[in-house]
Amino acid sequence: MYIDKHLIHEVTSPVAFLGLEKRGLKVFRPENTIATPDHNVPTIDQHLTIQEELSRHQVEMLTRNCEKHGIQLCGLNHPWHGIVHVIGPELGITQPGMTIVCGDSHTSTHGAFGAVAFGIGTSEVEMVLASQCILQPKPKRMRITVDGQLKEGVTAKDIALYIISRISTSGGTGHFVEFAGSAIRSLTMEGRMTVCNMSIECGARGGLIAPDETTFAYVKGREYAPKGADWDKALAYWKTLHSDEEAVFDTEYHFDAADIEPMITYGTNPGMGTGVTSSIPTSDGLSGSDKLTFEKSLAYMGYSPGDKLLGKPVDYVFVGSCTNGRIEDLRAFAQFVKGKQKAPSVTAWIVPGSKQVEKAAREEGLVEILEAAGFKLRQPGCSACLAMNDDKIPEGKYAISTSNRNFEGRQGPGARTLLASPLTAAAAAVTGVIADPRELAGF
Amino acid sequence: MSYDKFSILISPAVPLPIENVDTDQIIPARFLKAVERKGFGDNLFRDWRYDRNDQPKSDFVLNNPLYTGKILVGGKNFGSGSSREHAAWAIYDYGFRVVVSSFFADIFKNNALNNGLLPVVVTPDFLQKIFDTIEKDPTAVFKVDLQEQTFTIVATGESATFEINPYKKHCLLNGLDDIDYLVSLKEKIARFENQRL
Repeated sequence: MYIDKHLIHEVTSPVAFLGLEKRGLKVFRPENTIATPDHNVPTIDQHLTIQEELSRHQVEMLTRNCEKHGIQLCGLNHPWHGIVHVIGPELGITQPGMTIVCGDSHTSTHGAFGAVAFGIGTSEVEMVLASQCILQPKPKRMRITVDGQLKEGVTAKDIALYIISRISTSGGTGHFVEFAGSAIRSLTMEGRMTVCNMSIECGARGGLIAPDETTFAYVKGREYAPKGADWDKALAYWKTLHSDEEAVFDTEYHFDAADIEPMITYGTNPGMGTGVTSSIPTSDGLSGSDKLTFEKSLAYMGYSPGDKLLGKPVDYVFVGSCTNGRIEDLRAFAQFVKGKQKAPSVTAWIVPGSKQVEKAAREEGLVEILEAAGFKLRQPGCSACLAMNDDKIPEGKYAISTSNRNFEGRQGPGARTLLASPLTAAAAAVTGVIADPRELAGF
Repeated sequence: MSYDKFSILISPAVPLPIENVDTDQIIPARFLKAVERKGFGDNLFRDWRYDRNDQPKSDFVLNNPLYTGKILVGGKNFGSGSSREHAAWAIYDYGFRVVVSSFFADIFKNNALNNGLLPVVVTPDFLQKIFDTIEKDPTAVFKVDLQEQTFTIVATGESATFEINPYKKHCLLNGLDDIDYLVSLKEKIARFENQRL
């Protein structure tokens, strides 16, 4: 499979470059790879040297490898710096019909543009660097259709968490998923990226949405978007990128948008989610390793089967990541907390997905709104999503996070993660407990 | 990356009857900061294996001397989560050569195959049989025959066949990886690039 765009970051690329050098190979098409350090960069004082030695070394290695091989780098403090899956789309690098890979499972994000985009391992990063190609078995086809109108206060993140709660974290394994239906089409590009980003959390290698006018309007005029006659030619091609009426899928699911509530997870995988006003399920009907796994998960979270979720204390709030670190997410959070105050018991980390998101948040006045409500905007990076930098949730603490994984220890050893939308995170940020954002916003 | 050729393995197995063993459990993100591929086995299942003071947790299977061997047996949906190849490296570096489950996450499976670690998919019933066999006798041995694509409980002779992509099978049997093959296609790749412009 030929790869049109290859994105790299500091964590999964150094061993690939090392392998390449051991074989005496050069990067085959350096112009088709773009790099940014995101996973372990600090989210404050980015103008200073990275304090942590190993992180600093990885970031320096990325810089060195890019210089050596002629790869464009959007390094720290570069105006285009940010999370790899945020900068690709906002620079117009991500375009419909492309094949895009990155040594990161959330590469599925780019599928929102009708691109074939998926995460790869480091050996495969080396393959792309060496040949611009990888060997892949053909995936099965799945279509998930969400029709109808979303209720107020229900966001793209809630669609994603709802789907995963219904089909499980392995329901999509072996498949690429097309997300379709009127509820999906009604989403902005930011929302579509959130849905496709979470494809991997149901096990699917990638997810995609047929490009339409919303897609074209987003791409047009961006840095790397085609211009002039090239644009017309590209547009004509992009308009052909949709499933045929009679297309047959290996697996199909249909959901009704009206059934989706603001979602929150209560366990240690993204499939363990439910409506925020619901209770944690009981282990009734489970047996063997299913029961064992469920009980282990709740024990880690410090929850009991049947517990009501509303009112449970929240210590940390994390807004950011490649799932929900785009400008629309910061707008939703800021609008919600406007005129309210952060709960004193809550530590909040609001982390933009990129420099450009940070800049937009300043220009739009979101920073003032956040600061008036007791919040501070940090600097871009993956941050507490995977706690490779200093943004770690302490052991035993509860963090409501707009990121993508609630695995044991994901946000720091012993940290307890509750995945939710930026709105539900905002509701917790101002109350200090799990709360229904619709009630507080008066929807 | 070079790895040992794989043909036949006869070994006891280590049971991990937990579902959805994700890559953050296999190797937590804070151990991904190396720029070389070595030593990841020390941090395999770090937070299940060691307490906060880096003392081994006696209730975790890797710390129980009863269980040894080069085969790891996990619950369904093994390897879900991140694309970090460090997960496959850590398992291989620890000394495992085979992981058995009823279901693997896609990226983990690819990463394993690219690193000489054989993922063996068996039915849920057969997986339970393997767990039961180890529970009765932790020293029970199993035979993995890649050429024949069989996994056998040696004591009873019960055997299951497993699927593997023929190309990846060839690579594992011969200790080859994809990169040499892809690099040999460079001219074809360049032709493809010219045609589509």
